[in-house]
Amino acid sequence: MAKRIVIDPVTRIEGHAKISVFLDDEGNVSDAEFHVVEFRGFEKFCEGRSYAEMPGITPRICGICPVSHLLASAKAGDALMAVDIPVGADKLRRLMNLGQIIQSHALSFFHLSSPDFLLGWDTEVAKRNVFGLISANPDLARAGIRLRQFGQEIIEILGDRKIHPAWAVPGGVRSALSKTGRQRIKEWIPEAYKTTKLALDLFKSTLKTHGREVQVFGNFQSLFMGLVTEDGSWEHHGGLLRFTDSSGSVIADQLDPQNFSEFIGESVQSSSYLKSPYYKPMGFPDGMYRVGPLARLNVCERMGVPQADAELKYFKKLGRGAVTSSFLYHYARLIEILASIELVEQYMDDPDLMTDHLRAEAGINKLKGVGVSEAPRGTLFHLYEVDRNGLIQKVNLIVATGQNNLAMNRTVAQIAKHYVKGEKIQEPMLNRVEAGIRCYDPCLSCSTHALGKMPMAVSLVAPDGRVLNEVTRDG
Amino acid sequence: MDRLRVATIWFGGCSGCHMSFLDLDEFLIDLAAKIEIVFSPVVDTKEYPAAVDVCLIEGALCNEENVEWLKIIRERTRVLVAFGDCAVTGNVPTMRNALGLNNDVNVLDRAYRECADNNQGIPNEAGIVPTLLKRVIPLHEVVHVDLFLPGCPPPAGRIKSLLVQVLEGQSPVLEGANIKFG
Ligand code: SF4
Repeated sequence: MAKRIVIDPVTRIEGHAKISVFLDDEGNVSDAEFHVVEFRGFEKFCEGRSYAEMPGITPRICGICPVSHLLASAKAGDALMAVDIPVGADKLRRLMNLGQIIQSHALSFFHLSSPDFLLGWDTEVAKRNVFGLISANPDLARAGIRLRQFGQEIIEILGDRKIHPAWAVPGGVRSALSKTGRQRIKEWIPEAYKTTKLALDLFKSTLKTHGREVQVFGNFQSLFMGLVTEDGSWEHHGGLLRFTDSSGSVIADQLDPQNFSEFIGESVQSSSYLKSPYYKPMGFPDGMYRVGPLARLNVCERMGVPQADAELKYFKKLGRGAVTSSFLYHYARLIEILASIELVEQYMDDPDLMTDHLRAEAGINKLKGVGVSEAPRGTLFHLYEVDRNGLIQKVNLIVATGQNNLAMNRTVAQIAKHYVKGEKIQEPMLNRVEAGIRCYDPCLSCSTHALGKMPMAVSLVAPDGRVLNEVTRDG
Repeated sequence: MDRLRVATIWFGGCSGCHMSFLDLDEFLIDLAAKIEIVFSPVVDTKEYPAAVDVCLIEGALCNEENVEWLKIIRERTRVLVAFGDCAVTGNVPTMRNALGLNNDVNVLDRAYRECADNNQGIPNEAGIVPTLLKRVIPLHEVVHVDLFLPGCPPPAGRIKSLLVQVLEGQSPVLEGANIKFG
C-alpha cells in the first residue's frame, strides 16, 4: 500500500514549509516534495504603482536579501528608461551587493549551519543553534557575528540603514561612499579575512569526516546557471547568463537576461506556493537547474581575484566536470565571501566610488524591462511591464530559491531514500533532511520563510489517514 | 533569577524584523546569559511552549493558519509584542486588500496561471497549503496586543531598548525616535 510521510515544520506557526515523502508498496521511498506554504502576492498588488516606487516596495519581499530586490528593481527601472548608469553608480551598487553576499553567507554558515558541523549532528536539540554555539565556542560565535556585521555595515554605510535602505533608484543611486565610511570598511577588512580563513579551514576539516553527507546530500546531475563576465569569470551584478551541465560543458552562454522568458519556464506544483523554474529547451522536469554559490562556481572559469582563485582550484577538484554535491554549497559560500572581501578591498582605492555623478535621468523609453542580479542564493529576475507613464501593468519575479526547488525536492528524496527503510522512520533522518534543505540556504521569505532550523515532526500516514508511526526530533 | 523565556515568530512578513534582531550583533552574546530563546525560527524547537514571558511576532495575518496560531500563542504568552510595521498595521502585505473583494483569488491567478508555463493552476492541496484570508490584517484585529514595536524593520537599537526595559522589570515605554514607522 502506497503511503505518504508528511514532515511538517510543526508549527503551522512558522508553517511556511513542509515536506512529504512518498513510499511505494514495498515501503521504499518513491519520491519527495518540498512544500512552501506562505504567499503574499507582490506580483499582483504592485500593479498601478510607479516603477520608481518599486525599489521601495519589493525589498519587503525579503529582509534577508533586501539588497538583491532593491538592485534588481532599480536595474529593471534602468531598462525601462533604456539608460546606461554612471560608472560610479554601478560600482557603488556592486559594493552594496558584495556587503550583502558577505552578511547573508555569514548568517547561513555561522548562525544556521555551523552548529551541525561544529557542535555535532547529535547535539541536544535545545543547544544546536547559534546560542548553543555562543556558549560552546564564544570566540568563534563572536567572529561569525562580526563577519555578518561587517557586511551589514557596508550596506548601512552606503544606504543609511542595514535593512531596506532606500538608496538605489532607477538610473543610479542616491549617494556615494563617504570618507569616514571608507575608513571604517578599510579598518575592518583584516578581521574579515581572518574569520573567513578560519571558517574555510574549519569546513575543509569537516569534509574529511563528512564523506557520506557529500555523497547523499543532493548529489546528482543537473544543469547549473549563473551570471558570468564576457570572459567567463565569476560575476555578481552584471554580465550575461551561462548554463553548464554536470560534465562541466557549457550548453548555453552569454544569454541576455532581458529575454529570460525564452529560455526559462515556470511550472506550478499543486502542493506548494513555490513555483519550479526549468530550462525551457529541455522541458519540464528535465530542465532542472541549480543556482546560487555552487552553481556560480561551477559555471565560472575563475573568480578574478587571487585568494579566491586559489580556493576555486581546490574546489573544482571535488567534482568530475562539475561539482555536483549540494553539501558543497557551504564551501562555495565561503569562497564567495573571500572573493567579496577581495573585491571590497579593491574598491577602497577607487575614486569612482566617491564621485557625485550618480544618476542617469530619462523618462520611459521601453515598456518592458528586466533587472537581474546575483542574490546570495542565486540569480534574481524582476520583469516589469509599464504604460507610457511608467505605471506598472504587470510584474513577474523569478527568485533564487524557486530555481532550486526541483533540486531541493530531489535532495529530500535522496536523503530519505538513504535513511528510510520500510515503515520505520529512523530519527536521524529528521535532522539530515533539514540539513539537506539547509545546504541551499533557502531564503523562503522570497516566497515563504523557513529560515534555517526548522522544527520538525514526521508522521507516516496511510492513505486512509491513520497515523502508522510518528517521530519528533526531540521526542 | 531564571532567564526570561522569549519566543519569536513570523507570519506574513519578510523576515527583515528577525534580521534586525540579529543585528543586535555582539549584544546577542550578552543576551544569551539573560534570556532563553524557547521558540524561534533560528532554534530547533518543535512546539510553541507554555509559559512564555515575551513573544515577538513579525508579520501580518495573511492566511488561516496564521490566525489559528496567533490564538494559541496568545494563550501561552504573558507579553505579546507586535514586532514591526507588518504586525502593527499590516504594512506592505495589506497592499493586496486594495485590489478589492476577490483579491485573494486575483493574486494567486497572476502568480500561478498568468506567470506560469507548465501545469498552470492555483496550489490548493488540502492540509498542505493554507487558504488565504480575504483581507490581510494586523495582529490586534484578532487578539490583545501588549506592546507595539514599530519600524520596517524596527532598528536593532529600538529592539534593544525594549528588551532591556523588560529585563529590568519595567513596563516598556518607547518614545521619540523609537516610535517611528517605516
Ligand atoms: S515590518 Fe518591514 S521588515 Fe518587518 S516583516 Fe514587515 S516588511 Fe519586513
